[in-house]
Amino acid sequence: MKRQGLYLAAVAGLALALGTSSALAQKKYDPGASDTEIKVGNMNPYSGPASAYGMIGKTIAAYFKKVNAEGGVNGRKINFISYDDAYSPPKAVEQARKLVESDEVLLIFQSLGTPSNTAIQKYMNAKKVPQLFVATGATKWGDPQHFPWTMGWQPSYQAEGRIYAKYLLKEKPGAKIGILYQNDDYGKDYVKGMKDGLGAKAASMIVSEQPYETSDPTVDSQIVNLKASGADTFFNVTTPKFAAQAIKKSAEIGWKPLHLLNNVSQSIGGVLKPAGLENSKGILSTYYLKDPNDPTFQKDDGYKEWLAFMDKYFPDGDKSSSFTVYGYSVAQTLVQVLKQCGDNLTRENVMKQAASLKDLEFGMLLPGIKINTSATDFYPIEQMQMQRFTGDRWELIGPVMSGNDGS
Amino acid sequence: MDLFLHQVFAGLSTGGIYALMALAIVMIYQAIDHLNFAQGEMAMFSTFVSWQMLQWGAPYWAAFLLTIVVSFIGGVVIERVVFKPLKAAPVLSHVVVFIALFAILNSAAGFLWDYTIKSYPTPFGTTPLFGGLISSHDAGMTVVTLVILLLLYVFFRYTRIGLAMRAAAANPESARLVGIRVGWMIALGWGMAAAIGAVAGMMIAPVVFLEPNMMLSILLYGFAGAVVGGLTSPLGAVIGGFSVGVIENLAGTYIPYVGRELKLTIALALIVAVLTIKPSGLFGRVVVTRV
Amino acid sequence: MPVRTRMQWMLAAAAVVAAALLPLVAKNFILFQLTLAMVYGIAILGLCLLTGINGQFSLGHSAFFALGAYTAAIMMDRFGINYLWTLPAAGIVCLVFGFLFGVPALRLHGIYLALATFSLAVATPQILKSTPLEPWTGGVQGIVILKPDAPFGLPLSPDQWLYYLTLLVVVVMFGAAANLINGRTGRALIAIRDNPIAARAMGVDISLYKSLTFGVSAFYTGVAGALGAIVIQFVAPDSFTFSFAIALFVGLVVGGVGSIPGALFGGLFVLFVPNIAEHFSKGLAGAIYGLILIVVIYLMPSGAAGLVKLVVNKLTRKTTAS
Repeated sequence: MKRQGLYLAAVAGLALALGTSSALAQKKYDPGASDTEIKVGNMNPYSGPASAYGMIGKTIAAYFKKVNAEGGVNGRKINFISYDDAYSPPKAVEQARKLVESDEVLLIFQSLGTPSNTAIQKYMNAKKVPQLFVATGATKWGDPQHFPWTMGWQPSYQAEGRIYAKYLLKEKPGAKIGILYQNDDYGKDYVKGMKDGLGAKAASMIVSEQPYETSDPTVDSQIVNLKASGADTFFNVTTPKFAAQAIKKSAEIGWKPLHLLNNVSQSIGGVLKPAGLENSKGILSTYYLKDPNDPTFQKDDGYKEWLAFMDKYFPDGDKSSSFTVYGYSVAQTLVQVLKQCGDNLTRENVMKQAASLKDLEFGMLLPGIKINTSATDFYPIEQMQMQRFTGDRWELIGPVMSGNDGS
Repeated sequence: MDLFLHQVFAGLSTGGIYALMALAIVMIYQAIDHLNFAQGEMAMFSTFVSWQMLQWGAPYWAAFLLTIVVSFIGGVVIERVVFKPLKAAPVLSHVVVFIALFAILNSAAGFLWDYTIKSYPTPFGTTPLFGGLISSHDAGMTVVTLVILLLLYVFFRYTRIGLAMRAAAANPESARLVGIRVGWMIALGWGMAAAIGAVAGMMIAPVVFLEPNMMLSILLYGFAGAVVGGLTSPLGAVIGGFSVGVIENLAGTYIPYVGRELKLTIALALIVAVLTIKPSGLFGRVVVTRV
Repeated sequence: MPVRTRMQWMLAAAAVVAAALLPLVAKNFILFQLTLAMVYGIAILGLCLLTGINGQFSLGHSAFFALGAYTAAIMMDRFGINYLWTLPAAGIVCLVFGFLFGVPALRLHGIYLALATFSLAVATPQILKSTPLEPWTGGVQGIVILKPDAPFGLPLSPDQWLYYLTLLVVVVMFGAAANLINGRTGRALIAIRDNPIAARAMGVDISLYKSLTFGVSAFYTGVAGALGAIVIQFVAPDSFTFSFAIALFVGLVVGGVGSIPGALFGGLFVLFVPNIAEHFSKGLAGAIYGLILIVVIYLMPSGAAGLVKLVVNKLTRKTTAS
């Protein structure tokens, strides 16, 4: 009888041990996660030269407010902590360290700008904290072998450049290309993509390359030079203010090339309207998100959801700006990743789930564009569709293309 | 040759912007013997105020004139409220207050009107003139600059208040002894500088698009133009501004390899060179101190 | 304001001891911030020597900071040289450049010198990005460097080690500056600032002293730049825009224009006050920063050092009167 008692006790003890350990195994937390909240860190330029992009950070904050109002992610509220890095690398390093070491966030999400992200990349990877869905299209963020904790989100600039190159080789192989580009990482990345896409023909097709600095008041001089070079195709790699200036000046001096505009500046409200809708007619670009001004999408459920979100949670936001659509969509992506984590909210699992997104579609992504990641593919969005401006909206042309094989 | 002509005229167009800014800078320098780093931000803020009036439905010229008046008053108020209590502080502290003003105006503008660019109308239209060499707006802007220049010249040379202001800036103690209210002269100088700045902003915004950060680089070039021309000479400032625009464009176009990347550097290097050869600027008065 | 009295030396010693004990209680992140504040303090000290003591108005010291930072980065990344050597190297490179810049600067005074130096600060990022220099500077991408570990296997984290290293550099350089000001050279520099004509009449070689001061000032800021690069582990043209030059200048004035200890206060101000402003309101952080600046200038027109001097004077007058 004693032995049976011992045996029962042992079994009960084992069952208890197994039960508690499996219960414990169900919830795993790294700093920043708990039963009630998930701390998400972020750095955005709310001041300084890039402050126009602060709109993205504000949209994301508003979206998380909505998610929290609707019960949070798996019952946990998102605590979104966002600091200003003024687009300055030393400040970015300081704010990143503050987020990781002082605020103890689970991950840093959508940090903006190539300089800021380059500055913190080594630190984030050394500390093993996810640097997730960075807000820049620089190609170097998709390198899981060397930087397993860093991942981008939007299609890379080089991929977009290659798409334009493929288009030209097909539709206008004799084009004489003039390039206006911002003299930094972002501009040079696009130019590289274009040159790579043109391959051997790059040297003969590109007749003029005009850089500009963000400290230049206008790009008028560069436009004059481009026209004088005899270019009949204009690859316009500029940020919104300068894109508007370039479009306006080209019209003023009577230069009407085939105009390829990088998608950073394709916002109708933010660029084309100030530049003049008539002047912008015929401009080609690409995109991967729905244009809120496009009437074809305004009956979509996805659009209606976004509009309801903007009206309720971010009424001050600019509904004609693509920044708000961008912020909304990338926030949705993070919420999906966190949902997939379930109760295992370790940093390692966050990266694992981020690298396991299969054919994700969100309301404001263009139809046919899906988010895909894997252990070797750290580029969530790789597809884009070309579009032409009709004078009041973007008209999609051609198929959804992938930047990598140009198909 | 055609390119050269185009670049020269494009340079004159942007130079016109710098010249207008340089005028405002020289104006404030005449009044307070120091450069106001917040001048550009004051101009930008004034332009936003006029934009807001236009949004509320005011006709262009009404908004234009009202903004000038509001800016003038604003300038006077800033001087009386912010700077008068600091009279006794060392000069460098004043510079920090300019910087503070810069930060406040820039941040407030971003907060009130956000950072996306806005288009601002021009009363002169944008039709190309002389076969596309300049636009009608550029021509109109140049005319406005020359008008302001003329008005300033008449003001300083032929009116009693202008004379009083020059006296107050040159020798405040003696001016006080003659009965000139030096404090109010300085405030007047601020008001006029703010008004000129407002005009500059409203002329510049149609070209570069209105946004809180629009004036920063223009202020820099305006400084350069004012210094090259001589901080004591409004005419010099205007010529300096135009020169800086043309030189920058030509350097960017014709100096091979680095010209395009180092446009600003080349312009600034030229400024420094001019200063080392002729420290008080091309048209400035040389001040001789007697021992 | 020469540091003469025993009282002041004892206070300084006490401050150093307190600073040395701090890592025992403070977290790595706070140490990182304080290290950075000290780095800015050294940079501002350089500016103090030039503008405060010698009266040459410079708004361009971000250029020397950048030069020091890139010298260190290039030495460590391209040549694999140990980081300790980069400090004196950066200093010497900047000494030479500062002196060379100081020679033509002799012709410029007041606002014109300010503009010339400001032009240098504005041009610096462009030059750093330019294609001819790209193989060295890494162009827009910048250079990433590794944080050094504590030597001799000391049980210190990299942050703690860098804190102590920076503290050591602060003590050495501030001490040297104090020594300089107290001696004949310091008096000559102050004389040049206050009355150049009288100074020349007394036999002071103005040109030599002014150019040398420019060089020494650049030396200090260059060493600070090298330290800064090591602490941040990254240099890029965007790190050294003219807004940094303005920040250094603000730090100088807030600390007290001719004051050596004031430079440290300035460094703390430059690092922490923008964070405080952001804490109050994200959208209006800049406006709040500006307001804080104005209030500070109102309360302390001659900077923190000026306020301290005022308070000390008031107190000592009271004791002697009673």
